[in-house]
Amino acid sequence: MSAPHDTGTDDQTTLTTDSAALAGELFAPGVGAQAGPPTTPAAGTGTAGEATPGAHSHGGPTPTGSPAERFTSPDPDAFGDPTGREEDWRFTPMRRIRPLLQGAASDAHLQWDTDLPDGVELTAVEADDPLIKGLPEPVDRLAALTRQRSGGAAVVRVPAEAKLDRPVTLRLTGTGSEDVVWGQVVVEVGAFAEATVVLDHSGSARYSGGVSVLAGDGAQVTLVSVQDWAPGSVHAGQYDTVVGRDASVSQVVVTLGGDLVRLVSNVAYAGPGGSAELYGVYFADETQHQEHRLWVDHSVPQCRSNVLYKGALQGEEAHTVWVGDVRIRPAAVGTETYELNRNLVLTDGARADSVPNLEIETGEIVGAGHASATGRFDDEQLFYLCSRGIDAETARRLVVRGFFADVVQRIGIPELQDRLMGTVEARLGQLPGLAEQPVEA
Amino acid sequence: MSVLEIRDLHVSVGDGDDAKEILRGVDLTIRSGETHAIMGPNGSGKSTLAYSIAGHPKYTVTSGSVTLDGEDVLAMSVDERARAGLFLAMQYPVEVPGVSVSNFLRTAATAVKGEAPKLRTWVKDVKTEMAGLEMDAAFAERNVNEGFSGGEKKRHEILQMRLLKPKIAVLDETDSGLDVDALRVVSEGVNRTREDSDLGVLLITHYTRILRYIKPDFVHVFIAGRFVEEGGPELADKLESEGYAAYVKDSADVAAAEAAAS
Repeated sequence: MSAPHDTGTDDQTTLTTDSAALAGELFAPGVGAQAGPPTTPAAGTGTAGEATPGAHSHGGPTPTGSPAERFTSPDPDAFGDPTGREEDWRFTPMRRIRPLLQGAASDAHLQWDTDLPDGVELTAVEADDPLIKGLPEPVDRLAALTRQRSGGAAVVRVPAEAKLDRPVTLRLTGTGSEDVVWGQVVVEVGAFAEATVVLDHSGSARYSGGVSVLAGDGAQVTLVSVQDWAPGSVHAGQYDTVVGRDASVSQVVVTLGGDLVRLVSNVAYAGPGGSAELYGVYFADETQHQEHRLWVDHSVPQCRSNVLYKGALQGEEAHTVWVGDVRIRPAAVGTETYELNRNLVLTDGARADSVPNLEIETGEIVGAGHASATGRFDDEQLFYLCSRGIDAETARRLVVRGFFADVVQRIGIPELQDRLMGTVEARLGQLPGLAEQPVEA
Repeated sequence: MSVLEIRDLHVSVGDGDDAKEILRGVDLTIRSGETHAIMGPNGSGKSTLAYSIAGHPKYTVTSGSVTLDGEDVLAMSVDERARAGLFLAMQYPVEVPGVSVSNFLRTAATAVKGEAPKLRTWVKDVKTEMAGLEMDAAFAERNVNEGFSGGEKKRHEILQMRLLKPKIAVLDETDSGLDVDALRVVSEGVNRTREDSDLGVLLITHYTRILRYIKPDFVHVFIAGRFVEEGGPELADKLESEGYAAYVKDSADVAAAEAAAS
């Protein structure tokens, strides 16, 4: 472990890896240990992986060296077959992801229903197309297999300076095939265009799909990816975002359904002045595994990134994983970055892993920070609501609903937001004790 | 006509060996239509009194009683106290991300009134009250206390008091952090309520400034967990000119003596 980063930003860096400290961070100081819901996470929750307390990953193997480069390759065999002991795979239940890792090449497809506003083009390109060659490379074996077997990509093109009158919607529905569906979607948004693209996944599938968003200079892009899969579905995907000069990209990931969902979101900046907002919500029920890994690579000056992921868990063996890596390279002066992960553990027997990592290689930055908190309800919020006459059950429902709405309302598409909140409500309805009173709309 | 009676109230925070007594025998009676100002220096326990009345779980009542019209308040849950007619305007209102003000207000009103208010009159009432507190209509769509300025938070507290119509309202340093404009607006909101209802008010403050806007019937000086003096509005004038020094010195002597004895 290197010396603490000496950038003058320590006060903003609030990583906590001890579970008690995590709970303490979520709740106001001095509150708890009295009546009301427990304020310490249930056994087996609130871990921060196997990181040792205070384990910042700033710096590298030597105090002056840079961390090892992240290995990428289009060749699946360059990675070797994961065993589950690798850093990238250590949280993933290998037995359940193997159907994808060992899946054969196939012609299976998701059913596509698309809504394309005027000016938007949906085409297919072959694997040897220069566009494919130019995409950010796969970061693990499964992503490389996906790139190889998808045999090209579906490309959504938004012309430069276009201002779409409605979102581009790709409804991708699993048809229940046992065969693995391999896919690659590329969203190419021209300079100064403004576009929102929704990938709406549902149905039953074994799906391994890459998504690359290429945002041109000055473009404003929102990518929404909804994972509302039927039970039993398995979904993995590498999401790459390349942010053009002065472009602004917002990604909203909503993971609700499926047996296992594992998404790896990478952000790179093609020029200075870029901005990336990465929002996510996930809601894991009994036995669901939901894993979100983020990697934001600040390699050019004057860019910013902001990460907000919130998850709730209920039921035995619900497991969520959030890993947020941010690297600020020596050239990336003027960087501003913050990442926050919050997990709300609604019942015993659920497990939330949360691992923020920040590597800072230049002191010339605006700010860098991260925070992670896993715990039960915030007592102060509940007290505030109850002090207005609202009973504790209704107050809890309001808080959980608000916990999700906080992120969902950033999608900016009211119909979709309503649908997602409806799904959340229905899921909360299954929670004993929270179901007793309806919440006023 | 309602009466809130506090008798020999002792309250501590912390557990076991870490327990610390904050309130050390508080006696107070507030009747409908009366406004009581409680004044005291920082750390005297004023806010603890407010939170104890509201039932915050951080505070443990070790002895004494609080009753509202003879009903045992201490036996009630936090929400039951609010439904019984107690209201606490908080010094530091809590952010509730993702919950809109309008949803929150309607849920609270439904809980306190026991049935959902009729939508048409409710919307009109909320608009009227917000206008009275010089709050923009867009306010209702924001998340509860999220990103509110100090003045907005306090207006929002008074808005809730106006809509929930409690019997007794405890205003915990509602004046702190307010500029003169916000202080005037908030005070007018309280005064309107005193005029159009028989609300009893427990006004907790560190400064005499707010008492120029909200005229108290009684002024109580609160030092080190208990009342040390009571009087009429003239007592506030005395505090204005002389401060708490005389009281604090006395209590510091007492505290020192107690510390030496323990």
